[in-house]
Amino acid sequence: MVRNSVGIVTPQNYTFGETEEDKLDLDCGKKFGPINICYETYGELNEDATNAVLVTHALSGNAHVAGYNSEDDAKPGWWDDMIGPGKHIDTDKYFVVCSNTIGGCSGSTGPRSINPETGNRYNMDFPVITIADMVRAQYRLMKHLGIDCWLSIVGGSMGGMQVFEWCVLFPECVNSACAIATTSRISPQGIAFNWVGREAIMSDPNWNNGDYEDEVPERGLSTARMLAHITYLSEESMDNKFGRNLQETEDLGFDFKGDFAVESYLKYQGNRFVGRFDANSYLYITRAIDYFDISARTGGDLAKALKNVTMPFMMVSFTSDWLFPPSQSQDVVKAMLKNGTNITYCNIESSYGHDAFLLEVEALGNLLRNFIRNVYTEVRNG
Amino acid sequence: MVDQLLEDASVRPDLKVILDLVAESSSLLDLGCGDGALIRLLQIEKKVNTLGVEGSQEMILKAVANGASVIHKDLNGGLSEFADNSFDYVVLSHTLQAVNRPDELLREMVRVGEMGIISFVNMGYIKARLQLMLNGRMPVTKTLPYRWYDTPNIHLGTISDFKSLCDKLNIKILRQFPFGRRSFFLTRLFPNLFASTCVFLVSKNKRGVL
Repeated sequence: MVRNSVGIVTPQNYTFGETEEDKLDLDCGKKFGPINICYETYGELNEDATNAVLVTHALSGNAHVAGYNSEDDAKPGWWDDMIGPGKHIDTDKYFVVCSNTIGGCSGSTGPRSINPETGNRYNMDFPVITIADMVRAQYRLMKHLGIDCWLSIVGGSMGGMQVFEWCVLFPECVNSACAIATTSRISPQGIAFNWVGREAIMSDPNWNNGDYEDEVPERGLSTARMLAHITYLSEESMDNKFGRNLQETEDLGFDFKGDFAVESYLKYQGNRFVGRFDANSYLYITRAIDYFDISARTGGDLAKALKNVTMPFMMVSFTSDWLFPPSQSQDVVKAMLKNGTNITYCNIESSYGHDAFLLEVEALGNLLRNFIRNVYTEVRNG
Repeated sequence: MVDQLLEDASVRPDLKVILDLVAESSSLLDLGCGDGALIRLLQIEKKVNTLGVEGSQEMILKAVANGASVIHKDLNGGLSEFADNSFDYVVLSHTLQAVNRPDELLREMVRVGEMGIISFVNMGYIKARLQLMLNGRMPVTKTLPYRWYDTPNIHLGTISDFKSLCDKLNIKILRQFPFGRRSFFLTRLFPNLFASTCVFLVSKNKRGVL
């Protein structure tokens, strides 16, 4: 087994909402159930349940954040560098939980799940969900796990949006929180990228109004992914990584097959994504992101929206992130300072663009390790 | 841990003065908090509610490791995100001379804090004066270790200069603590000549109030 790894992890499932009263009230007004949540846990929950850390995932993430699901897994979970015994989020000290969001396609109930009423997939009958709905479902999981309050909630990108929703919806259940490379409201630029991604999927003939089986809308989904992937990089990181290098050829081909290394890379990313992600989930989750604006319910007043966020909060941005630029994090910092929140903010120097939250493990890990330790010390000292 | 910090503070006597000066359980904003050593001391010794501001990522990482809450921010950008009188104290340690507009920052400090605490590097210190006078060269001393071309200290002044600036800005000097290598007596008597550093406790001059 790899050193410092949590080892082999088996995903678990929790289903609720099987009766009318137990269903989840969604922002769209519908009551929805049953809902399955697929989750993984690492480390041990302590006796008074004060060492639980929730990790929330980004658009294309899943519950498998650390370790391996089987002996043959080529790659560990998506944040394995960060989470494990002795690692920055130390599973020897903390009980770490990560769950797949509802609407996703990695085990939790989403548009490709079977609607028990019809026996068919929901597809486009699946309700349009929000980030808040994802968090309400996670709240049910928290209760199921016997936890009343998270020691910390940590998430990047869309995971950071869930962090905000947790702090606003259930402030009494959050002892501290860390939002990374994220925003308090998705910008029109972000909405625009999501729109084009969805257009690519929905204009693929295989999409068939969301009703597909063997012939999935691969081209649409891979185009959406390629577009999104560009927004996760930066001009500098692309230049460093690819330059104008040609791929598997010495000369320009004078055709459109793709000469450049960057073209080949995007193609590879698009193809790989099709193998692990679902097109309808992509539609639903990007829509949830579009609708995210934590200040919407207070008429755009961010400080007012974050008024009850009184727990220690850490905000981290990355200098070259142009999808969720540092200025958007700084708006949150300003609002929280106005409220007198105990806030820490660091704008980490990085050329990796938005992806930096997965790559700048050293600086970000250091901040997380000490921030969570500081809170844990306080929690234990009462 | 605390002993080590107190020992470190003895190398920077201004930190020890600030520690003595600050009231128990008060709130304090530490501008240019560095590795958070002062914040840690204040938290442990006096249960002070602290927030640091720091421009260097490396220092922020150290400060968070020291248990501090810190905002990543360039002090030249002003303090507009902080409300009037939102802290009991605003501390600026050995940094005033390095910002673009010391006057504007001073004004901001007494707006945000009930009181400001500034530790000031004195260019009027005898060693600096002698170097300039006798050698005709810009001074290089222990508290001013840089050469004229690589110094971050772009606004050097003397204690007398500082006092006249406070006067101009309507800032009241409540207390001063000069430090020097010479005798305590001389440093107290002629701070502008014998103090290499001086800590000032200041506040807004509230007109009409004695």
